[in-house]
Amino acid sequence: MATVVRTYEPGYWDKFYLPAIARGLLLTLVRMFRRKDTIPYPDIKYVPADGYRGLHRLNKDEDGRIKCVACEMCQTACPAHCIDIVPEPAPWDDGGEERHPAKFEIDLLKCIFCGFCELACPKDAIELTEIYDYASFSRDDLIIDREGLLKVYDITSMGNIYERQNRGESIQIDTGNL
Amino acid sequence: MIPFYIGATLVKVLVVFSATLLMIMAMTLAERRVSAFMQYRLGPNRVGWGGILQPVADGLKFILKEDIIPDKADRPIYLMAPVITMVPALMTMAVIPFGAPLQVGEYMVPLQIADLNIGLLYILALTSVGVYGIVLAGWGSGSKYPLLGGLRSSAQLISYELAMGLSLIGVIMITGGLTFGEIVAYQQETGWNIWKQPLAALIFLIAIFAETNRLPFDMTEAEQELVGGYHTEYSSFKFAMFFMSEYANMITASAFMVSLFFGGWDVPFVDEAALGNLGVGLSVLAFLAKVGFFLFLYIWVRWTFPRFRYDQLMRLGWKVLLPLALANVFLTGLYLVWKA
Ligand code: SF4
Ligand code: SF4
Repeated sequence: MATVVRTYEPGYWDKFYLPAIARGLLLTLVRMFRRKDTIPYPDIKYVPADGYRGLHRLNKDEDGRIKCVACEMCQTACPAHCIDIVPEPAPWDDGGEERHPAKFEIDLLKCIFCGFCELACPKDAIELTEIYDYASFSRDDLIIDREGLLKVYDITSMGNIYERQNRGESIQIDTGNL
Repeated sequence: MIPFYIGATLVKVLVVFSATLLMIMAMTLAERRVSAFMQYRLGPNRVGWGGILQPVADGLKFILKEDIIPDKADRPIYLMAPVITMVPALMTMAVIPFGAPLQVGEYMVPLQIADLNIGLLYILALTSVGVYGIVLAGWGSGSKYPLLGGLRSSAQLISYELAMGLSLIGVIMITGGLTFGEIVAYQQETGWNIWKQPLAALIFLIAIFAETNRLPFDMTEAEQELVGGYHTEYSSFKFAMFFMSEYANMITASAFMVSLFFGGWDVPFVDEAALGNLGVGLSVLAFLAKVGFFLFLYIWVRWTFPRFRYDQLMRLGWKVLLPLALANVFLTGLYLVWKA
């Protein structure tokens, strides 16, 4: 195989360094006026790409009922063992799903945001959303429960929340504990 | 008569001192903002309007931080070093003329704190004293990185002070005076010295970068090799004093450069004396603009070039700048003989 050998021989002017220095200075001067990459965060929020794996949500069907049937597939698939489901018979009796979760908790501190729960779910009931900026002062607050997950559905179902926040809509990420 | 001059001098001292401190504050902000802009960032822009109160916040932080003195430090030397660095850095501004003489009533007040008849030597001497601060800080910290930084700084400063002094000789030869008043007046009559001593100006420019320990000559700090160099062991406001004296030195060096080679407060194509006190204002603005340009150049160069290797630095100082400076003295001498 042929090897390409590149050598550098300084020319006459290169030995004075000054032309190269001038070129370098010119470069940084021109670049000073380029568009900045910084996003001034709380004022303008970074909009993640589609498919971003952030905070979870539990989807609702057309009737506003929880889609999840508490099959525990997500719990089984979860590599971090952070989902805790307690099933119970559904309270409604109109041909809807027969089971639903009495308790559905995700420990967000254990979750690795792999998205396996979303892949495993036969009902498309659990999904990861674009939300990345949630925080709390205690570990307990970062265990999100069923109502919290449903609230996340409410605020994310109308489109990307960061795009909407950047447009000036005020949306609070209020999911109970968080 | 005499009380007026004393009063005027006191006012000038106050103005120059506070202006220098203000410029130091502005420089710390400018450094961060300009560097950010060159790297497509925004820099600190949250405190105050567009970030202009950031230096105040930084200063407060420095004051409130815990002051740690290492066990192994040589206490008196360790405590004295920041002062030794800071005081000469601020004192040098005293001989720089920053504007045309101001007419107050019947008096002419020269806008310069003191026109010493050895003005140039005064500055050279004081900047050398400032180096002691760095060396003593390195020694007094009782830790190896600062010591290395201090050693490097003394070697570097000896090397570049030579070239710097020699480049000044060309200017002194054509001007025929050591006072800043004379040098600026000479440049007003016959044009800026940069046109007559371009080589000296270049050598001087390079040398002041080395003298103020700025990149690409910041061997004494070299974060990657020496952690932080001479101020590694300093915390709280003592660190801030080193930090401020670095900027103070930059301001003095820029003012020095402007006074020697760029006409001082001279506004090109304008007769300041004919304009009265308006001309004085104009000349002060011109001086500030010129100094501002060199301060920007400092930042600009810092965020453009990598650091020299230590042997390259020494080679540049001894093998390139020193012979060039000597040649410049020789050529200037020839020119003067030819003219006479
Ligand atoms: S994203 Fe992965 S780790 Fe997190 S809950 Fe789903 S399956 Fe578990
Ligand atoms: S979220 Fe999906 S996979 Fe998990 S229990 Fe509910 S229906 Fe089953």
